[in-house]
Amino acid sequence: MSSVILFWSFSIAQFFLAIAMALSVYRIAIGPRAQDRVLGVDTLYVNAMLLVLTFGLRTGNDVYFAASLLIAILGFVSTVALSKFMMRGEVIE
Amino acid sequence: MSNAAEFPLWAAILVAFFVLLGSSLALIGTIGFTKLQSFYQRLHAPTLGTSWGTGGIVIASIIYFSVSGERPIFHEIFIGIFMTITTPVSLMLLGRAALYRDRAEQNPNSRQSL
Repeated sequence: MSSVILFWSFSIAQFFLAIAMALSVYRIAIGPRAQDRVLGVDTLYVNAMLLVLTFGLRTGNDVYFAASLLIAILGFVSTVALSKFMMRGEVIE
Repeated sequence: MSNAAEFPLWAAILVAFFVLLGSSLALIGTIGFTKLQSFYQRLHAPTLGTSWGTGGIVIASIIYFSVSGERPIFHEIFIGIFMTITTPVSLMLLGRAALYRDRAEQNPNSRQSL
């Protein structure tokens, strides 16, 4: 009983997060200006991080925690670097 | 799911509730990010996924690994703390960059939305 509940909730959660990633890719594709695309990349990173975390829950493996933390750090650094670039025209002043 | 057979039912229901809460909030935030009209409205929508989307899945992960490992495991809370700290920083930098770009180009769209 509990394994059925866990299996279906993890499957539905992964489905939702995959739809969310597809929607943010859609916004990156159509996004009218550059800041929409940067925000789309940020949303894509967050959803991918949650998807990896849910995948780690599903397999019961603890390794995926480190991967999702790494994705979160890289997403933050890329968003900060891209917004600095949009503001000043260069990343490191 | 290594030992899902002896996983207790109350913990399974709790984990399922928090996982579904987090993923549906992330999906709602991204739908809002796709649907909303101006950039400054779109800036707010994905924070639903970074605040309670991350929080729900992190709480579910803590419950799942603590119950299946039969000892308290709290290291997933680092992801929650990290997202809580970094999201306002990155979104404020992005909002300021967008405002700077709109003012530099005299975009009439920014004046009516602000």
